[in-house]
Amino acid sequence: MIEIQHLTKIFPVDGGEVRALDDVSLTVENGEIFGIIGMSGAGKSTLLRCLSLLERPSKGRVLIDGTDLAAMRGGELREARRRMGVVFQGYNLLMQKTVAENIAFPLKLEKGYDRAAVNARVEELLELVGLADKAKAYPAQLSGGQKQRVAIARALATNPQLLLCDEPTSALDPLTTTAMLSLLEDINRKLGVTVIIITHELSVVRRVCRCVAVIGDGRVCEQGLVDDVFEHPKSDAARLLLKGEG
Amino acid sequence: MAEFISQYGALLWEATLQTLYMTFFATLLAYVLGLAFGVLLTVTKPGGIAPAPRFHAVFGWVINMLRSMPFIILVFFLIPFTRAIVGTSIGETAALVPLVVAASPFVARMAEQSLEEIDQGVIEAAACMGATKWQIITRVLITESVPSLVRGFSIVLITILGYTAITGATGAGGLGNIAYRFGYQRYQTGVMYATIVILMLLVCIIQGIFNFISRRADKRNR
Repeated sequence: MIEIQHLTKIFPVDGGEVRALDDVSLTVENGEIFGIIGMSGAGKSTLLRCLSLLERPSKGRVLIDGTDLAAMRGGELREARRRMGVVFQGYNLLMQKTVAENIAFPLKLEKGYDRAAVNARVEELLELVGLADKAKAYPAQLSGGQKQRVAIARALATNPQLLLCDEPTSALDPLTTTAMLSLLEDINRKLGVTVIIITHELSVVRRVCRCVAVIGDGRVCEQGLVDDVFEHPKSDAARLLLKGEG
Repeated sequence: MAEFISQYGALLWEATLQTLYMTFFATLLAYVLGLAFGVLLTVTKPGGIAPAPRFHAVFGWVINMLRSMPFIILVFFLIPFTRAIVGTSIGETAALVPLVVAASPFVARMAEQSLEEIDQGVIEAAACMGATKWQIITRVLITESVPSLVRGFSIVLITILGYTAITGATGAGGLGNIAYRFGYQRYQTGVMYATIVILMLLVCIIQGIFNFISRRADKRNR
């Protein structure tokens, strides 16, 4: 279970401060696909950065199965990060390395890794994301959808229990989006990994998520089952998103 | 022409080898030091992976001071230091000392620029995967900027090639020394022209080789 408790992130700016996240609390059950939706500037990205500990929360806790990530440092934090995969909006692949090398990257961070085991794992992951024929290609030779698949394979390499996806489909065309969401569902079902999808697209949440949290102005405006939230929206932020959908 | 070659050929050949010796070894050593300095500058800057703003400011200042020193002055200034290290201030090996001291800060700034081209997102991705700072430096920062570093290498090589002409006038051998002695001190302009032609050829060859290598090395243009 992932519990976010009273998460607050304050950035100092000239002559004051910006409250990017304000007392955010969420619970995500193990093995589900959870959506976090909000307009641009609502605080989604900051929330993801706090979850992956790229930013340290100013206040609050991020509990994964009861242990607080926000209190960890150094080796302990690095170890915890290996149990969590992050898929970034811009893919963030190593441009000078092949697809296979990119996927092997997190595995080779471990001291005394077994070369044969790494190669076998990379092959398995390439198969999983449907890129078995692209092992030796470089990212520059791939389409956006293919790069995203590499990013997903890389994030899954260390067998994480949690997969964080930041706007995984916002740069993709509708057809590729559908394929990407099927892949995420597939991964969730096959591997039992918990998936958190951060997005501004209502269709994405409707399609794959069971539960959703609506973020607006750095706060959780409402959360619950997707059907409930969007059938009977109680917050302005949710109504605004529905209106945007047309 | 045949007469010129029989008279000066051996001399010019030897000088070319001396020039290449100084250029390559100085560049190599300057790259080892300069890359380390460049990495230090990059990681310690505010927002870097190991921010140390005060150190960054002081170190950056030292680099700038070294870079602002005219090379010929640096050569004289370093004579006691060169003697302490090499045992003499005369000759090609002794010339390596001022060449490396002058080129390292230059390489540091070039390397810093190459390393800064790396997308911040890729560095964050590596951190998210549990990479240590050292792993980020060696496996992301440096490996991802190899094509850019290779391009920088040719610029440094050619700059140092130019510097060797100055060390040639201050006690080391090489083409600069020949051009200075024959062309300036003895008015034998023919020898001087020959050294110029050789230097031009060297620059063309170096640039050509490195253009080829950096194109091959960069996996982004495929």
